[in-house]
Amino acid sequence: MTKNSLKLNSKVPSGTINYKWENHKSTLKLVSPNNRSNIEIIVVGTGLAGGSACASLSELGYQVKAFCYQDSPRRAHSVAAQGGINASKNYKGDNDSIYQLFYDTIKGGDYRSREANVYRLAEISSNIIDQCVAQGVPFARDYAGYLETRSFGGTKVSRTFYAKGQTGQQLLLSCYSAMSRQIGKGRIKMYNRHEMLDLVIIEGVARGIIARNLISGEIERHTANAVIIASGGYGNVFFLSTNAMGSNASAIWKVHKKGGLFANPCYTQIHPTCIPVHGNYQSKLTLMSESLRNDGRIWVPKKLDDAISMRNGTKKPENISEEERDYYLERRYPSYGNLVPRDVASRAAKERCEKGFGIEENETKEGVFLDFHSAINKYGKEKANELGIINPSDLEKMNLGEEVIESKYGNLFHMYEKITNQNPYKTPMKIYPAVHYTMGGLWVDYNLMSSIPGCYVIGEANFSDHGANRLGASALMQGLADGYFILPYTIADYLSRYIRVSKKISTQHEEFDKSEKNVKDRIKKLLQNNGSMSVDYFHKRLGNIMWEHVGMSRNHVGLSEAIKSIQLLRDEFWKNVFVPGKIDNGLNAELEKAGRVADFLELGELMTMDALNRKESCGSHFREEYQTKEGEALRDDIHYKYVSVWEYKENMSISDEIMYKENLNYTFVKVQSRSYK
Amino acid sequence: MKKLLNFKLKIWRQENKKEKGYFKTYQVHDISPNSSFLEMLDLLNNQIICDKKESSTIAFDHDCREGICGMCSLYINGRAHGPDNLITTCQLHMRHFRDGETIYVEPWRANPFPIIKDLVVDRSSFDRIIISGGFISVNTLGKTIDGNMIPIPKDKADKAFDAATCIGCGACVAACKNRSAMLFVSAKVSQFSLLPQGKIERKKRVINMVNKMDEEGFGSCTNTKACEAECPKGISTEYIAFMNNEYIRSFTI
Ligand SMILES: Cc1cc2nc3c(=O)[nH]c(=O)nc-3n(C[C@H](O)[C@H](O)[C@H](O)COP(=O)(O)OP(=O)(O)OC[C@H]3O[C@@H](n4cnc5c(N)ncnc54)[C@H](O)[C@@H]3O)c2cc1C
Ligand code: SF4
Ligand code: FES
Repeated sequence: MTKNSLKLNSKVPSGTINYKWENHKSTLKLVSPNNRSNIEIIVVGTGLAGGSACASLSELGYQVKAFCYQDSPRRAHSVAAQGGINASKNYKGDNDSIYQLFYDTIKGGDYRSREANVYRLAEISSNIIDQCVAQGVPFARDYAGYLETRSFGGTKVSRTFYAKGQTGQQLLLSCYSAMSRQIGKGRIKMYNRHEMLDLVIIEGVARGIIARNLISGEIERHTANAVIIASGGYGNVFFLSTNAMGSNASAIWKVHKKGGLFANPCYTQIHPTCIPVHGNYQSKLTLMSESLRNDGRIWVPKKLDDAISMRNGTKKPENISEEERDYYLERRYPSYGNLVPRDVASRAAKERCEKGFGIEENETKEGVFLDFHSAINKYGKEKANELGIINPSDLEKMNLGEEVIESKYGNLFHMYEKITNQNPYKTPMKIYPAVHYTMGGLWVDYNLMSSIPGCYVIGEANFSDHGANRLGASALMQGLADGYFILPYTIADYLSRYIRVSKKISTQHEEFDKSEKNVKDRIKKLLQNNGSMSVDYFHKRLGNIMWEHVGMSRNHVGLSEAIKSIQLLRDEFWKNVFVPGKIDNGLNAELEKAGRVADFLELGELMTMDALNRKESCGSHFREEYQTKEGEALRDDIHYKYVSVWEYKENMSISDEIMYKENLNYTFVKVQSRSYK
Repeated sequence: MKKLLNFKLKIWRQENKKEKGYFKTYQVHDISPNSSFLEMLDLLNNQIICDKKESSTIAFDHDCREGICGMCSLYINGRAHGPDNLITTCQLHMRHFRDGETIYVEPWRANPFPIIKDLVVDRSSFDRIIISGGFISVNTLGKTIDGNMIPIPKDKADKAFDAATCIGCGACVAACKNRSAMLFVSAKVSQFSLLPQGKIERKKRVINMVNKMDEEGFGSCTNTKACEAECPKGISTEYIAFMNNEYIRSFTI
């Protein structure tokens, strides 16, 4: 593994941070409107990032070809986001500002994100809300008709805009509507149920993709003047996660294998409030929004005996008195309490469970309580006062309190009850951390271009804005900022150079032949493999290795072992996987999964290598060897204040990848150790 | 540990749009009452793979498995999204079935939703209805006014929000004896007509969307309310009345 930092040019503009983006925009080249309709752009992925990019680019007049593997852009994974989207509008008068949002995001990311990108994100955040309101997003409103906000972990202001627990859905549907308008005009050609299986590079620049029509099974060639990847995150490497089942790494992995640099692969965010794992039949985990931590208090019993009786069901949480409960977040972090950032809350839950205080009756005994009892009491009392009820009975108070909670989180409580068959108004929810979001992704410069000219990467698929940990409600913000407001400007700079040479690219070019052959060979190999185990079998095993060794905490021995285990598992996969079906013959979900898991088996190794390299604890990356006496993360800014950027070399193995460093310079914020005490 | 369950499944298999379909019987054993309906199908598919007797697994649509993407479908024992109310198939758990029960699993059946394979249908007619006008024609680039410059009364905002929660799953169509898509279309029409931003185009929007819906071959509404009963998001048929009103208005005023 050799290291150097020569190869990377982040193209961050010079000047003071608050003028960088304005100044940069004024230097970007333009494409005149009459030329735009001759330029074709491929967008892979139609979540918030891809969908907003499609809408804006086609409105500018470019010809867009959009691809997604679902039957409609409206189903992209972004639809599942619950809690909200940040913007520094200071509507609440709590002294929020662009600087505050910028500062919280940088600090939240544990000083491992690119300063200039984060500042731009904070600057643009308020436009996003205005834009979405204009498009008809029904954000929550107060009685005066103005926009409502709420708080999320890691901040002390109320800047999160929301639409009940369905913010992602509402934002995505408005993107989808904006796209639909352009589809109607013929400016976007939509390829639903299509999966990108390779990037085609001609004379050093991205010129098209190979995609599989998932219904017919046909392999198709598509050309363009630029390719945008907006394919989302890769958390499903872990098998169980909060991601949609189809979320995968194939698009970014294919770009990586064609030379696109991969940044910070080891940064995986674990979300503290998910419904715990129940059995080995389980296919995915369900998130309970972080906003619940505004009112829910997290605890486990103080006594080991109580934890045991809780697990075998002989005692109920209601039977444990206040004095016998350990509200461990409030105890350890008095200033942020239950609202500490996700990595901190997750690790604290793991610590308690490892000490034997877990309360869930599952195999691993992992689970803690999220209790609304205090909040129900408090709201019940307030409501009774408001209504002028003198000496309300306990039951009356409880009913009133439950009504308030219902109006705030009703759909989440409904979802919890459907899944667990328990009523969270009456008994505390059980929660445990789960894999949620990946901060790593393809490396991009300030213009959001990957290391392959003409190939741009936006949304969760790129690496730049969140550092080692993402604060809540900032992924939606980043996706829309990239797609609506950044990429449409920066891509023009690149495309303007192509107008003169814009002869139509032929799909007959030998690079297309080569790529198509590779894709077809691989499909053949999968379908004709004489194995006996299902794809899921391998995926689950990979997930177990990753969760155990590359999950919430990591150490040298575990990581080294994991690398070996993944390599062995990968060999076994190619020897022993069985995928039913025939080539070119229609819908085949097993084949789709097989291709994706094959990619996960490679990416998993890179994630592990990256985690092994980073000998410090920061954000979601917790190396057990590097912690303070109190068990908090110990960062090493002297040696690791960089983005690790990995390069794949053709025909080499993953373990031969080369790592480069992009050094991170902070000129506008002072780098401090992160404390939420 | 709760008692594990066994079921006999009668599942609709169909190679593609042209081929004829049929019910095929499968047995599944040791299903946890806590597993979801789709997790049971995963298990069955795994069984099919291990047996190697069939040329393909059972195809069914799904993605988020959280009741929000609208991708899963399935007609289970004669009901869209199965027994239980206000849920999608991915949120349906096996504890709702009796041990040993025979369960019938079919695709959505409606002409505007042609079958692609087994239990997967093509719902792109819904997309075409949205393309015909289900949006507010605002440019996404450039400057708009501050969000708080458009105050919206809370009751209006809440009503628009309730309409906006439609996930486009198509259960309303599958449940309707006329195969009407009125609930889906009215939800979108209402959301925008209730908001000040959407008022300007309201006439054009409702006419285009209703015409497109007819053109796609969806039937008319006869107020049976089966759609409302099976809609996982509880969209009310009041919105159909609202849309009818909008439609008539668009000709008169
Ligand atoms: C349960 C949950 C709740 C969340 N809540 C919040 C929240 O409250 N606030 C917040 O800010 N963030 C939240 N997040 C995170 C946020 O939702 C995601 O990070 C964000 O939506 C990602 O958007 P995206 O556009 O980058 O990708 P996605 O929405 O994942 O879209 C990916 C797109 O790429 C397509 N695609 C992928 N690969 C291919 C391929 N090979 N070929 C063709 N198409 C392909 C897919 O079809 C899809 O259209 C949440 C996430 C989860 C899981
Ligand atoms: S109205 Fe209800 S049933 Fe119909 S598509 Fe929307 S969510 Fe599904
Ligand atoms: S899989 Fe998304 S709603 Fe069921």
